[in-house]
Amino acid sequence: MSEVIKTDAVIVGAGPVGLFAVFELGLLDIKCHLIDILGKPGGQCAELYPEKPIYDIPGFPMVTGQGLVDNLMQQIEPFGPQFHFNEMVESVEPIGTPEAPLFRITTDAGQVFEAKVLIIAAGGGSFQPKKPPIAGIDDYEGKSIHYAVRKMEAMRGKRILIVGGGDSALDWTLNLQPVAERIILVHRRDDFRAAPHSVNGMRDLVAAGKMDLMIGQVMGLKGADGVLTHAVVRGADNVTHDVAADVMMPFFGLTMKLGPIAQWGIHLNENLIPVGTETFETNVPGIFAVGDINTYPGKLKLILSGFHEVALAAQKAHRYVYPDKKLTFQYTTSSTNLQKKLGVA
Amino acid sequence: MPNITFNDSTGKSQTIDAEIGSTVMETAIRNNIPGIDAECGGACACATCHVYVDDAWIAKLPKPEQMEEDMLDFAYDVRPGSRLSCQIKVTADLDGLVVSTPEKQG
Ligand SMILES: Cc1cc2nc3c(=O)[nH]c(=O)nc-3n(C[C@H](O)[C@H](O)[C@H](O)COP(=O)(O)OP(=O)(O)OC[C@H]3O[C@@H](n4cnc5c(N)ncnc54)[C@H](O)[C@@H]3O)c2cc1C
Ligand code: FES
Repeated sequence: MSEVIKTDAVIVGAGPVGLFAVFELGLLDIKCHLIDILGKPGGQCAELYPEKPIYDIPGFPMVTGQGLVDNLMQQIEPFGPQFHFNEMVESVEPIGTPEAPLFRITTDAGQVFEAKVLIIAAGGGSFQPKKPPIAGIDDYEGKSIHYAVRKMEAMRGKRILIVGGGDSALDWTLNLQPVAERIILVHRRDDFRAAPHSVNGMRDLVAAGKMDLMIGQVMGLKGADGVLTHAVVRGADNVTHDVAADVMMPFFGLTMKLGPIAQWGIHLNENLIPVGTETFETNVPGIFAVGDINTYPGKLKLILSGFHEVALAAQKAHRYVYPDKKLTFQYTTSSTNLQKKLGVA
Repeated sequence: MPNITFNDSTGKSQTIDAEIGSTVMETAIRNNIPGIDAECGGACACATCHVYVDDAWIAKLPKPEQMEEDMLDFAYDVRPGSRLSCQIKVTADLDGLVVSTPEKQG
């Protein structure tokens, strides 16, 4: 197991609000590690609407979701945030006191952190693969139905049914084709949103007889004890076929699920974390909740609200990280001290 | 104002006055029609406002754009009348439109 990482602050979620938290905490000399289950920064902006324009970021008449994330990444660079992607924060255990909080934070990859403050910027929760609502799917998950494959070798010699038409579906099709006994790609239309080069790669394999493409939808599953034997596919002609398969991998995009946050000992109100509007601290001293995940009277789920929240939360966080230091209010325009931290003075 | 009828998967039916210029999804949400989640608020980014347009109406609606077709890939049990209701703008021509909401939004 990897060593325990000791740091000032751990931020759960690298969405726009988690990213800007790095900036506000950084100005106060608080060092951050960010953890996100996604493989990239930006949360909803990067995952759900990278190309769409946002019109209500102060100072930007228009910026795209990805554009905003790129700018935030540039803005926080001087503070050297450490990112841990593709990991979900699973547990949070208080090991300090209310006056001097300390938390042991563990991810699903087994990485352990010790931090003086915990900033929950988890938005709508962890991004997780959407599960197709096929009757009985639960029984097969983990055994015959996978949303990702960690060890390609485990797929050797299997008949794999891949469902979907986006990049994930096509990438897995191309990656698994050499090891699988047979790949059957099922998509509802003969048109793919995935990158053209992977679509072409797939079409070449089909033309060479090295895999199958079926236009249709998976309506049901056949097998026993979690071991799949057939998927019931309804073709474009509305006729259903039993397609023999050992493994099915459905790719229907991602959805946000609260995930393990409910077990961290903080109060929740309908999957949101209630906070006060002075410090955005939760009922547990040292744990803050900012952005879409929190709730308070008048809360608006806007990026700009999240930005405001992290500025105030950082002030209180400073007291825990530097109990003996007094904070003086400074502007980035005029304070050489702040400008040094930003690497511009 | 144009009338829109929403049938849900249990067979219940509600007919609603829709505002011209709003979307079918917005009309549904404003009137607490069950079966439409619309998690992304109409940005064509979630596919949880999936509806089945009545057969008689499929050809009368403007064709879905590429973005909507791409997003429909993420909806469950897509059929010939499948549309994302946030992408259907209410116009006077839509008076009498009938749509059904699916059993699940995935
Ligand atoms: C289509 C669309 C359009 C929008 N348009 C606008 C707009 O115009 N203006 C505006 O202000 N807002 C807009 N929003 C809302 C805005 O995107 C959100 O308010 C914003 O993304 C919230 O940021 P966040 O950092 O709080 O959370 P998110 O962006 O949701 O990020 C949270 C991150 O935390 C991760 N996470 C959660 N739990 C865990 C865990 N246990 N372990 C690891 N990682 C975890 C998630 O995977 C996610 O990446 C829009 C939203 C959508 C969907
Ligand atoms: S409301 Fe999200 S796609 Fe229509």
